[in-house]
Amino acid sequence: MSEPQCWQDVAPGTVAFGATALEVETGLWRSVRPVFDLNKCVSCMKCWFQCPDMSVKLGEGGKVCGADLFFCKGCGICASVCPVKAVTMRPESDFSDERDKHGANPGGVADHVK
Amino acid sequence: MSNKRREMTSGNLAFAEAMRQINPDVVAAYPITPSTDIPVRFAEFVANGQVDSEYVAVESEHSAITACVGASVAGARVMTASSANGVALMHEIFPIASAFRAPIVFGLVNRCLGAPVNIHCDHSDSMAERDSGWIQIYCEDAQEVYDSVLLAVRLAEHKKVLTPVFVCQDGFITSHCFEPVEFLADDAVKKFVGVRDPQYPLLDVDNPVSYGSFTMSEYYFEIKRNQIEGINNVPKVYRELSAELAKETGREYPMVDAYRADDADYLIIIMSSASGVVKDVVDEMREDGVKAGCLRVRFFRPFPKDDLMRLVNGKKGVAVLDRCLSIGGSAPLAAEVKAALYGLERRVPVQEYVFGLGGRDFYPKDAIDVFCKLADDNYSPSVRYIGLREKEEENVY
Repeated sequence: MSEPQCWQDVAPGTVAFGATALEVETGLWRSVRPVFDLNKCVSCMKCWFQCPDMSVKLGEGGKVCGADLFFCKGCGICASVCPVKAVTMRPESDFSDERDKHGANPGGVADHVK
Repeated sequence: MSNKRREMTSGNLAFAEAMRQINPDVVAAYPITPSTDIPVRFAEFVANGQVDSEYVAVESEHSAITACVGASVAGARVMTASSANGVALMHEIFPIASAFRAPIVFGLVNRCLGAPVNIHCDHSDSMAERDSGWIQIYCEDAQEVYDSVLLAVRLAEHKKVLTPVFVCQDGFITSHCFEPVEFLADDAVKKFVGVRDPQYPLLDVDNPVSYGSFTMSEYYFEIKRNQIEGINNVPKVYRELSAELAKETGREYPMVDAYRADDADYLIIIMSSASGVVKDVVDEMREDGVKAGCLRVRFFRPFPKDDLMRLVNGKKGVAVLDRCLSIGGSAPLAAEVKAALYGLERRVPVQEYVFGLGGRDFYPKDAIDVFCKLADDNYSPSVRYIGLREKEEENVY
């Protein structure tokens, strides 16, 4: 959908169409990140249910396979509810050598959904 | 189709009876003072199985209107009611409802805002919401309340309008006094109001939308301008609806109710129940040879500026009577009327009055005095207060 250019073209009622929240990076809030030990994880799905940002990723066979850092704000609920202590919260500074994935417009639309 | 019935009832109970006949999907209300008899009676209808509505008794007025907004954008037909400080507590949510184009119909029983605490009538509660983007209709009597509720549902939900409506009536004077009201048959009401056809219902999961997303300076202005269009369309849509309902009821209500105004020299411009007294006095003055008339402003939002200009053009003098203050400025009705009359070729003098605050009675002698001063060309540059106890000397400064 092209961006509206004048008031006559904006959607009524403040409506935004489609699942646009999927395009907004919320992970910039994070100062600690969950690290999943998949050898310990029993895929009980407790973290998947409790995660407020739908950031627990599911892989083959619908099993838990880690956190989606594009959305994860590092709240730590997954680590807190894990019955087998498979999730560890680690400071982002431990990962400071990682390449910045935010692109030119942090908080905006990321490459992987463009 | 007919089977109309005529009953002695009050403004509140007439509103509630209209709700029973409309059978809205959701009603959320705060079940105690400062809310009104309207949800109390409606709760009875729910308890007796006379309606199918989801009735939500919430923990505050703020929550009541919030639940209404949620239900309305979900696609439901939604109604509620409140009064005075309850309305004030809802303030934060009113502009959200109108921006979401949520067609809620709201029974607003005009009672004054504290302090001091007082449960009686003035318009300080609804006038404080005049910039919230809602349509505001002010009724003279209980019959008009009933008819206006039916009109409000159609008006609010009309695709070209999609704007919530306050149906206002004077607290205690209209809301609690009993008078004869003619009700339509249930099936006639059902046919008139029809079923809501929502534009972007949240519960339509196949066509997902978000309401009220974060919007910065790039679009906020355009979205607000887009919203204005809904209320701009009200006069045309309302005229059609009013004529349609009049076929059933025989009663039609223009946006400004003009009483003996066409050939009048002097006009009182007023709102709601107090206009009844003025109309009686107009008849008396006419017998005494003073060409008096009355304009009752029924719609305050959108303000019927063109009607006012047309009806006031060429008059010798006008008095605007507000049942509300705007402390430090002109009272709301006076400010609107003066702004509307600015466009007239020849200036018509206007005297501002404030009356009836906190339920202070308004008597025929008060209206007579206003007309006599107009006829004597007796104007004051500042507002005059009717029925106020004060020391004789006016304008001590």
